[in-house]
Amino acid sequence: MNKTNTQHRLAKDRLMLWGVCLFATLTAVPLFAILGEVLLRGYDQLSWSFFTEPTPTAYKVMKAIEAGQSIPGGIANGIVGTVLMLSMASLVAIPAGILCGAFLAENSKNRFAQIVSYLTDLLQGTPSVIIGIVTYIWVVVPMRGYSAIAGSVALFVMMLPLIIRSTEETLKILPASLKEAGLALGGNRARVMLKVQLPAAFGGIFTGVLLAISRVIGETAPLMFTALGCSFIRWSIDKPISAVPLLIWEFFNDPNLQELIWGASLFLLLFVLTLNLLSKYLAKKWNQ
Amino acid sequence: MNDKLYKALLFIAAMVMPVVCGGVVYALATDAYAAFEHFGFLKFLTSSEWSYTEGAEQYGALPFITGTLMTTALALLFCIPFSLPVALFVGEYFKGTRIAAILSTVTDLLAGIPSIIYGLWGFYTLRPLIMALNISPQGSGVLTASLVLAIMIVPYAASLSAEFIKMVPNELKEGAYSLGATHAEVIRKVVFPVAGSGIFSSYILAIGRALGETMTVTMLIGNTNNIPESITSTGNSMASIIANQFGEADDLRLSSLIAIGLVLFLITALINMIGKIMIKRARIA
Repeated sequence: MNKTNTQHRLAKDRLMLWGVCLFATLTAVPLFAILGEVLLRGYDQLSWSFFTEPTPTAYKVMKAIEAGQSIPGGIANGIVGTVLMLSMASLVAIPAGILCGAFLAENSKNRFAQIVSYLTDLLQGTPSVIIGIVTYIWVVVPMRGYSAIAGSVALFVMMLPLIIRSTEETLKILPASLKEAGLALGGNRARVMLKVQLPAAFGGIFTGVLLAISRVIGETAPLMFTALGCSFIRWSIDKPISAVPLLIWEFFNDPNLQELIWGASLFLLLFVLTLNLLSKYLAKKWNQ
Repeated sequence: MNDKLYKALLFIAAMVMPVVCGGVVYALATDAYAAFEHFGFLKFLTSSEWSYTEGAEQYGALPFITGTLMTTALALLFCIPFSLPVALFVGEYFKGTRIAAILSTVTDLLAGIPSIIYGLWGFYTLRPLIMALNISPQGSGVLTASLVLAIMIVPYAASLSAEFIKMVPNELKEGAYSLGATHAEVIRKVVFPVAGSGIFSSYILAIGRALGETMTVTMLIGNTNNIPESITSTGNSMASIIANQFGEADDLRLSSLIAIGLVLFLITALINMIGKIMIKRARIA
């Protein structure tokens, strides 16, 4: 009786171990399934012209289909739009985020800082589609039109809380003696922050920025109502503009352009995953 | 730069947050006002009519609230059997080993995949599978959307749960082992009770993610403006109706969509706040 009871318990223990291993491994399956599908369906579309030519017009697509050729053109208009909007958003979000993060790290006990910290969480949790609506109300309505500026405002709002958090957390784990030594040498707070704390925290802040970029670069919903999309390469900031995820959405909805989905997705996916791995690697390297 | 100027600069930067968040609430509230005024707040939330026939416009949010609740609940249900093993694998069984680091990198990468690519995968791989298995004739629907949504929230639930499982003090576990408990029993009787509130809060935050997920759901839920009758029916979530119709809407419909946005914003804010408070408590305890 006692012996079978023990055997029963040991069997349960083994079952649990194998169950955990099995289901944990199964979780990795979707990553490889998605990567595999995008890779297999997209790799033969990637060519030099895919990155240098804009989306083909409906007329060009029709002619190519009639002639039995593969669809011409690429995603250059999307790449230009993504680069343009992301740089404008970063230009404001990175300094503002770092300063705000520094404020939170320096005044963690202060009531106002606690409110700001709570609001950062709130904004970080806000669904991206709502950021899209709000930016539409803020920028598109007063400017009477969709524009690259509107798109970058949406990206800015999404990046800000991510950069604030990573800056705050990195500054907070710096040893207090570092700051104290700087102050003891006669530096004022601004000088110590600029010459001691920020350089020491550079690694953490930099990886935080990389992660923030990788998080927003694939965002589609907030750009649909702000940047809208545009089928040719454009550098002006007050006109509608395209972005790589927006193009994927357009290709998905246009039966004629579905061939182009996978090349664009492969490019986006590889870019995002590389940024992710890079930031993880850098974080590990700089922590040692 | 003197201290005063420095403090002022940081303060101004910190003011960005209240200004942006205030701006979000103000923009949503003022533009949603027309819909609430026209239909009445409660009636807007409980009406299931969504028709834009001119002259007899009727907009109600109930089908989309139902759609969001259904997809979120199902996604949570499908996510638990995978995220909990991952958390135990990384935080308990293989804590600190190379293989655990690899698995957590894999889940981190899953979190990094853009939602539009999840949508594509769901549409071109999962949807045909669901049709082939005769689960639903059109393939898209609440179930399809929830399955992909579940994969998307696994990383969030798993990494945070693992963190709490790791924090369970060794002395407690060793005490149980010394009394003859097996590893499975230690997990059930020691790890779960101690890390329970932390694990629970990680699922609350995962719910917060699932509620607002837009592109994946838009591509997979089937986009019909009715209350889903079963889990294989088509429908729309609050985020997907906005993504679908915002671009073409004006006047009352636009205001109704913004009103749905406001409701979604408030729900996610509430869920996230509860989650954060619980996490803070679990960390202190």
